[in-house]
Amino acid sequence: MSARLRWRKFVSGFMLTMTGVCALVAVSVLCFILGYLVFHGGTSIGWNFFTKLPAPVGETGGGMANAILGSAKLLFLASLFGVPIGFFGAIYLAEFSGSTVAFIVRYAADLLNGVPSIVIGIFAYSMVVLPFKHFSTLAGGFALGLMMIPITLRSTEEFLRSVPNALREGAMALGASKWKTIATVIVPTAYRGILTAVLLAFARVAGETAPLLFTAFGNRFWSHRWNEPTASLPVMIFTYAISPYDDWHRQAWAAGLVLLGLILAINIVARAILSRGSAVPRS
Amino acid sequence: MHASVRPAVSVNIPPIVTNAATRETAAALAMRMTVSKVNFFYGTKQTLFDINLGIAANKVTALIGPSGCGKSTLLRTLNRMYETVRNARLEGEILLDGKSILSQDVTALRRCIGMVFQRPNPFPKSIFDNVAYGLRINGSKVPLSEAVEKSLRRAALWDEVKDHLHKSAYELSGGQQQRLCIARALAVEPEVLLLDEPCSALDPISTAKIEELLVQLKDLCTIVTVTHNMQQAARMSDFTAFLLIGQLIEFNPTPQLFTTPGDPRTEAYITGRFG
Amino acid sequence: MATTSKTVPGASPIPGARSFLSRLREGDEIARMITFLFAASVVLVTLLLVFELWRGSALPRHKFGFAFFRTSVWDPIFDQFGALPFIYGTLVTSITALLIAVPLGIGAAIFLAELAPARLSDTLEFFIDLLAAVPSVIYGLLGVFIVIPLMRLYIQPALKSTLGFLPLFQGPAYGVGFLTAGIVLAIMVIPYIISVSREVLLSVPRDQREAALSLGSTHWESTWKVVVPFARTGIMGSIFLALARALGETMAVTMVIGNTPIISASLFSPGYSIAAVIANEFTEATGDLYLQSLIELGLVLFLLTFILNGLARLLILVTSKRGSETALA
Repeated sequence: MSARLRWRKFVSGFMLTMTGVCALVAVSVLCFILGYLVFHGGTSIGWNFFTKLPAPVGETGGGMANAILGSAKLLFLASLFGVPIGFFGAIYLAEFSGSTVAFIVRYAADLLNGVPSIVIGIFAYSMVVLPFKHFSTLAGGFALGLMMIPITLRSTEEFLRSVPNALREGAMALGASKWKTIATVIVPTAYRGILTAVLLAFARVAGETAPLLFTAFGNRFWSHRWNEPTASLPVMIFTYAISPYDDWHRQAWAAGLVLLGLILAINIVARAILSRGSAVPRS
Repeated sequence: MHASVRPAVSVNIPPIVTNAATRETAAALAMRMTVSKVNFFYGTKQTLFDINLGIAANKVTALIGPSGCGKSTLLRTLNRMYETVRNARLEGEILLDGKSILSQDVTALRRCIGMVFQRPNPFPKSIFDNVAYGLRINGSKVPLSEAVEKSLRRAALWDEVKDHLHKSAYELSGGQQQRLCIARALAVEPEVLLLDEPCSALDPISTAKIEELLVQLKDLCTIVTVTHNMQQAARMSDFTAFLLIGQLIEFNPTPQLFTTPGDPRTEAYITGRFG
Repeated sequence: MATTSKTVPGASPIPGARSFLSRLREGDEIARMITFLFAASVVLVTLLLVFELWRGSALPRHKFGFAFFRTSVWDPIFDQFGALPFIYGTLVTSITALLIAVPLGIGAAIFLAELAPARLSDTLEFFIDLLAAVPSVIYGLLGVFIVIPLMRLYIQPALKSTLGFLPLFQGPAYGVGFLTAGIVLAIMVIPYIISVSREVLLSVPRDQREAALSLGSTHWESTWKVVVPFARTGIMGSIFLALARALGETMAVTMVIGNTPIISASLFSPGYSIAAVIANEFTEATGDLYLQSLIELGLVLFLLTFILNGLARLLILVTSKRGSETALA
């Protein structure tokens, strides 16, 4: 073996090892994040965290019950607003639209998907907060819902399009009208993919903080009405993390653990649903 | 409107056949469908040229020809399935029992004219739900389980699936799936059953079963089948139409077309000189 | 889908109207209209967003014009608003992030696409997708409590003693600052780079690899000189995508950058970014000019990410198209 060849082999082996190291570093970051959160959050989480209101400034103890409920309400509103638009819009794109309209809608959705979340917040502020003259759950839900639309729309469309044409024709040959074909054959065939898309969109906005800062704002107490400001887990993490109190830091870790656990669980469930085999075998 | 109560009417068909002998044979039969002066276009490209054809009631009519000759297109005009394709355009007249299919409501028309496709396309539902699909969407008042059993028996599938009707249709073999699709089409009691190369994705044993089945189904409905397999056309059909590049070259009773073809191009095709 | 038929007797004189009515009866036309409304609302909302940003930033656009981008005084009391420190901070942190994330990300993508067995590759990709799902406030949390102390106590002193002669690594080690924000951003965008780059690398046709290997290349040479150049534009796309993410990232940066409008050559210096200043000052902005100046910053951010995302999509599309064309040829 010539020296040159030996050198080339060495370079090859070395560089390939380096790529492996890169991959290792990237994945170990996740393990580190998880480990650290579980370590810190796990020791500070307790029954109080889920049941108590935040303690007044300067006192220790208390929990984030209002933020948990607030997040739930925000996500409920967001899904109520974002999922139908994404879902029915996708049906229009996949089953009815001409190519020009489809292009415009897809382009708009991609544009919306790329908008930084803080800018979505500005938009929700001027659309909902200004007219109502209130920070509110409603405004926060609107901002998050807006972010769910493009994710739901684009992936639902993909899954609808992957339904073989043979099934459409099969239903139509039996005298099913178009919307009956969609409702009884196409959507049921693609439901797993659609469910995955909705879950992933949900998980994505569940951790969003920036659009809530000046829409849902924050609240140290229960939020009783939809047009009142509300606390939410991500915003609580933010305010507690940059606060000077040790006890708040402790609670920020606990909240981080709860939030991340929820998001990762949804992600894993969504992927599991999809990987249980596609509903339509490739014959 | 129920399929079986509508009488098959005899109509004065245009010159659809290429020689005098067959014209007499064909005219004596009741025609379920007639196709006259049909031209078909995809955008600006014409794929069918002046097709005239009569489809005899309760007979099997086979459409043969080399691939790309327009036989599938012709089949898809019969239940207006071509309309799902953008830019498709039909000129001419197609009658079902003396009434133009083009002026009818398309979904109602498709309930009278069933279709089975090249590849089995059962819905991702149970066997039972597949067969019941057409009845359900049409809001049929017939008791479902009886109707499903009847259709599965007619499709010669009942004995194989009766113990697991609620399993997914995808657990069946390819041949069983295709018979399930036939059962699904039969459940709404169509007057005409269109088959688009129903055996091309199947093994020889399944093919034989389906051929046998179709011959039996003649009593229930009129059958039009597209096939690229000449032996199959010869075995199961009563009439055969030979198409070449969008034109109907010859339409005759099957034995005649295969033994004494009236056109040199037909002869060339059936003796295997092209296609 | 008109069924024009010249010779149909008894057909309605206006076939289009007839078929419309029958579709209406079947519900198809209703379903079409309803779903169209939903699809159209997506376009409407997007247009409205752009319009609101434009309308909402009218005051500072008229008052400052382009000076808004050139001046660096940000003084709400005297109604002076110059965005330069924020633009500088956004660019510096994003570029720092890319300098760290691109080599790591592409290296990992090469490993996943070229070297790792399919099962391992898919498993790692699964973890990397999860990493991409971690919300930014969590990265911020880790940044505040892990990265900042690490920087202050170890990394910044170490850099200072080794590379301290460079203006980049001078000044006191606060912990917070451009470098810290860049590192946290890098961790956040690496998953995007890996995911997209792996996809484009996998879409390089097999025969390209085999041709290189059959000519006596080593595994690395075939990867680096044939496969990677083939996927070059797609990888560029993934980098632009990551850049767009980094520019618009708010929470994590806000928590670690120091939030001081300073333009400094040193990466150790605290700074400010566009997204961070909006996040911090929007609710406190008193006076229309102040608020609208923040909205104009939002508009700038929107335009930057809009351009980058567009370029990224174009590049990724070009590569995957070329891959499939070559595969077919």
